[in-house]
Amino acid sequence: MDNQYFVDSDKLSEAALKKKHSLENDPSSRTDHMQYMEGMEQIKSDIMDKVLSEVRSFDYSQYTARDVNAALNHDTCTVEDFKALLSPAAEPFLEKMAAKARLETQKHFGNTVYLFTPLYIANYCENYCVYCGFNCYNDIKRMKLNMEQIEHEMKVIADSGMEEILLLTGESRSKSGIEYIGEACKLARKYFRMVGIEIYPVNTDEYKYLHECGVDYVTVFQETYDSSRYEQLHLLGHKRIYPYRFEAQERALMAGMRGVAGSALLGLSDFRKDALASALHMYYLQRKYPHAEISLSCPRLRPIINNEKIDPLDVHEKQLCQVLCAYRIFMPFCGITVSSRESEQFRNGIVKIAATKVSAGVSTGIGDHESKYTGKESDSAEGDEQFEIADGRSFDKMYKDMSDEGLQPVLNDYLYV
Amino acid sequence: MNEDKLIIGGREFSSRFILGSGKYSLKLIEAAVKYAGAEIITLAVRRTNSKDNENILDYIPKGVTLLPNTSGARNADEAVRIARLARELGCGDFVKVEIMRDTKYLLPDNQETVRATEILAKEGFVVMPYMYPDLNTARDLVNAGAATVMPLASPIGSNKGLATKDFIQILIDEIDLPIIVDAGIGRPSQACEAMEMGAAAVMSNTALATAGDLPVMAEAFKQAVEAGRKAYLAGLGRVLTRGASPSDTLTGFLRD
Repeated sequence: MDNQYFVDSDKLSEAALKKKHSLENDPSSRTDHMQYMEGMEQIKSDIMDKVLSEVRSFDYSQYTARDVNAALNHDTCTVEDFKALLSPAAEPFLEKMAAKARLETQKHFGNTVYLFTPLYIANYCENYCVYCGFNCYNDIKRMKLNMEQIEHEMKVIADSGMEEILLLTGESRSKSGIEYIGEACKLARKYFRMVGIEIYPVNTDEYKYLHECGVDYVTVFQETYDSSRYEQLHLLGHKRIYPYRFEAQERALMAGMRGVAGSALLGLSDFRKDALASALHMYYLQRKYPHAEISLSCPRLRPIINNEKIDPLDVHEKQLCQVLCAYRIFMPFCGITVSSRESEQFRNGIVKIAATKVSAGVSTGIGDHESKYTGKESDSAEGDEQFEIADGRSFDKMYKDMSDEGLQPVLNDYLYV
Repeated sequence: MNEDKLIIGGREFSSRFILGSGKYSLKLIEAAVKYAGAEIITLAVRRTNSKDNENILDYIPKGVTLLPNTSGARNADEAVRIARLARELGCGDFVKVEIMRDTKYLLPDNQETVRATEILAKEGFVVMPYMYPDLNTARDLVNAGAATVMPLASPIGSNKGLATKDFIQILIDEIDLPIIVDAGIGRPSQACEAMEMGAAAVMSNTALATAGDLPVMAEAFKQAVEAGRKAYLAGLGRVLTRGASPSDTLTGFLRD
């Protein structure tokens, strides 16, 4: 069973529909997703080969309860141990895995939990990624905030108490250029203590410019590490180029960013292999750039506007929990973010086991913070959401809930040096 | 015994247990200080970069000496900038230099630490460098103007205890500054052992933060550090490794 991703909008012209169908049904109409496009920087790196070779040889059906037990008893978790913890054989050990993960989280992070919020400043997109609400063929309200509107959104968010922000755009270089993003980052530095970005992958010199604008953390999701599946899901646009996306975090680190984050979007492909690849990607980056602060996320597929039926298939909460415990045991020092794609109940539970950062006061729409935060009717236009969130808790509610769970919310633990 | 003071940067302290303030609830800091009997508390300068009601500085009881650390610094220049910021924030002149360019084990970079120590000491800071226990580096730190030397017992947060015991002993024996054992001390017994060895003080954070009852553990550490110090001052008894001392000494034949 797979999701039915293809939706035709009646607003598309005949020519557009024809192109869309051709991309969907005729692989020969699509470009080579492993070929860098013009202007895309190619760096020398062996990380992708290392990750993909491990994933290729990962046969999770071979692991047994004995391997899982051994992994749980080891002081340090090897790559082999990690594979055992991701295997179906580890499912009956979930409680034990959670106990070990919790111990590791406590040793490295104590009872602290970091809070942040994302701010979408534009939702224009030049890509056709079949599962994403922002994809260029999806009929949604598009919008790009100007600097005045961005500043207004930032004021509303900063007034709520938030100190860390993650700026996002749809992936459109022509609508949301680097300088536009850079200016938004400079504004963000005025209102927030810590600024991260989740934008389309860019070249090293562009990451350097964004770093100078005040950004120190870069998040890029590979969506799926399975190259042939990636090809079937990313049919058009810059995002189609698999290796350029894979190397984004490394370019960001080469440009002087302090930290990077990444992950697959679980539910697009074989989640056990994608979880292995996500962690190994970050693991090899940290080995090559030992000073880098590494963070993993764990997004699962969510419904989008015009396609309510998209779901994460076989990645249920238990499987997600297993993946997160395995991440924590394998990389005890690594930040783990759990977004509002997950429910209140799940997030309250997982922060006590493995997660170290949660979002709050979230909107994945454009320019709608005032209406969402204050209930005040907005007199200006708003852009549609990227996906449906599952946990709509405000900053105050999240702060209180985390404190009630015995945790210490931390709004900022960072200095721009 | 009453005169047994720890002197750092010209200031006298009765307590030889330095408390960390990370990884646990802000509201517990006051109780931790009280039960630990701590007179010095470390705090990450980057944690002070927060709005008023969230600022860790507001939770630290008055009268306790602040020891801001430079965590987050990846080289000497960043550590120097963070230290200066701490001074501007009113954290005083004490600074614990922590420089890491490894996010996995958080091991200190000794070379950069020496460099930062030299710059900060010249600027009048009371510099307490966190370091990997290496005698040559320790000597360099002395020459750079450090006020103490803070070797790690094992990796930060590991609670593994005195993994570097023999090398810390060398520093205690050879370096004239106070040697403060920092990082990795997981139990009161390990803190006690470090003090018995002659360490001037012990610093701990994770062991308390991850304890079931933080204030009680803070008190246990206080007692362990005091016991270890007393044992050191009293002079440990000899340990007979092969049953008894030989009655016929090897040098009994010597006439004059």
